[in-house]
Amino acid sequence: MIPHRLTFVLQLLVTLACAAFLLVPALASMLAGVTANYFQGLRSGLTLRWIGEVLALYSGTIGLSIAIALGTLGVTLVLGVPAAWALARKPSRLSRLVEEVVTLPVAIPGLALALALILAYGGFRAFRMSPLFILVGHVLYTLPFMLRAVMAVLAAVDVKALEEGAASLGASPLQRFFHVVVPNAKGGILAGALMVVTLSIGEFNLTWMLHTPLTKTLPVGLADSYASMRLEIASAYTLIFFVLIVPLLVALQMFGRALPAAPAKGGRP
Amino acid sequence: MKPRTGAAVTLAGCGKTFADGTRALAPLDLSVAAGETLVLLGPSGCGKTTLLRIIAGLESPDAGGRVLFDGADVTALPIEKRNVGMVFQSYALFPNMNVRENVAYGLRVRGVGKAERSRLADEVLEMMRIDALAERRITQLSGGQRQRVALARALAVRPKAILLDEPMAALDAALREHLRGEIDALLRRLSITAVYVTHDQAEALALGDRIVVMREGEIAQVGTPREVYERPADAFVASFVGTTNRLEGTVRGGRFACAAGTMALDAPDMPKAALLFRPEAARLVLDPPAGLVLKVEQVQFQGARQKVTLCTPDSVRVVVETPPDLEIAPGMLMGLALDPNRFSLV
Repeated sequence: MIPHRLTFVLQLLVTLACAAFLLVPALASMLAGVTANYFQGLRSGLTLRWIGEVLALYSGTIGLSIAIALGTLGVTLVLGVPAAWALARKPSRLSRLVEEVVTLPVAIPGLALALALILAYGGFRAFRMSPLFILVGHVLYTLPFMLRAVMAVLAAVDVKALEEGAASLGASPLQRFFHVVVPNAKGGILAGALMVVTLSIGEFNLTWMLHTPLTKTLPVGLADSYASMRLEIASAYTLIFFVLIVPLLVALQMFGRALPAAPAKGGRP
Repeated sequence: MKPRTGAAVTLAGCGKTFADGTRALAPLDLSVAAGETLVLLGPSGCGKTTLLRIIAGLESPDAGGRVLFDGADVTALPIEKRNVGMVFQSYALFPNMNVRENVAYGLRVRGVGKAERSRLADEVLEMMRIDALAERRITQLSGGQRQRVALARALAVRPKAILLDEPMAALDAALREHLRGEIDALLRRLSITAVYVTHDQAEALALGDRIVVMREGEIAQVGTPREVYERPADAFVASFVGTTNRLEGTVRGGRFACAAGTMALDAPDMPKAALLFRPEAARLVLDPPAGLVLKVEQVQFQGARQKVTLCTPDSVRVVVETPPDLEIAPGMLMGLALDPNRFSLV
């Protein structure tokens, strides 16, 4: 009995120690964001002053990140869902090749991708200076995630058979897409959308190369504040980033768990 | 619902070679009369589903092939413009809609108003005796219920023809037998043109006005169930539909001769001939006179009848089903008498 108990306690301690090792820095960082003076510690008192300063200095980057994430989502939906449908309905050697090519940006380092974009399109000044330039980079990087999520669901519901069923009843290709393909791919589209927004909001690599002083996103601003601001401001900034990203990650996690069961059970409530 | 009649379907020179070069179907001609139930029967890979998909418009025939509905050429029309009803092997019911919405979908894309299409869908559901399921999700239905919903959905648009692709392959044997009777009664009551694909010979014999037996992309025989069963065109048809006995020998001077003896029949001389007959097309005779004589190997008593396995001197087995009044034991020599119209010679 006692050795058993001892093992359990030891295991618990090791687990808690590991969790603490990972969590403490994150918590410390967030706590630093609301501490009056980090070097004096919590004794100096808690304050929202730094959050206010971040919002005053960097609210533009937060707005831009959200705008780019939503824009990226829009473009990946418009491009990705029909593309996934086209690839899923006629699996062939060509469609597999297309899928591989589209997935390539995931494997290429973001910096290289950004450099390629700058080399190819940097000459178009207005484009280079606008946030659209970053948006294009984000679309390249996130599209495969949308594509894969939607394709997986379309394969699970046997979209080819459903489409033939709809066609036999007189539905045109457009009607089939909106009445049958999209509603039955809803789970994959939602999972893909969460993924795209999360990746876009947190993207640094590519964006750091593509940004201009007037088109800074949240992660780029974050790097900027780490380099040039006092620690409390950078920490408050991190806190704001967490507030944005954690709900998305939680939603993604919950959805990722529900998703594989969905096609087997059929509908969602 | 009022009885209605479908269109006559004609295929002219329809073959199908897929992009990778495999020939699924040799060019063939076939016609289905208005209101007729035609069964395409054959083993998997024989081209029966491809043929059905050509009629439906899901595949196009190779150049030169034509599909006609009531004489009008529909070869170039995609499936959504052909007004056919189709029941798929997987049913292809829409999981995002309930039963009523599934059945009303064909009317929805035809622009029928919501109230009207619900009423029409309920009418079809009632005819199929599944009106109680109208609000159910597809995932809440059993296999047999799904099959009925798929049929109701295909019929709701009042199609020119209904095309069924192995609609019972996913169901268990008892349910299949039950639904077979239901589908047969329904198709007859509606007198709609129907093309039914199956690899199950019992289904084909029970449902078809005519049966098309297919093999390796070609038609092996077309005929009524009785013709196909009793007078199979060749050994393949004979072996695919029911149990068939086969005695090989020769025909000379109006007599068939094999190792078991000889038998008079009306046929020209053939140096190589095979006599094909069903277990119930022969009688066994005690104290055989001259004729075909075989030795009893095994007797299975089955109540209403008995199944007797016999053996020729050159060890060919023959199965005969007879009334149980004859007392037969293994080892006895029996005479084999064939009903004059119930065998074929190939």
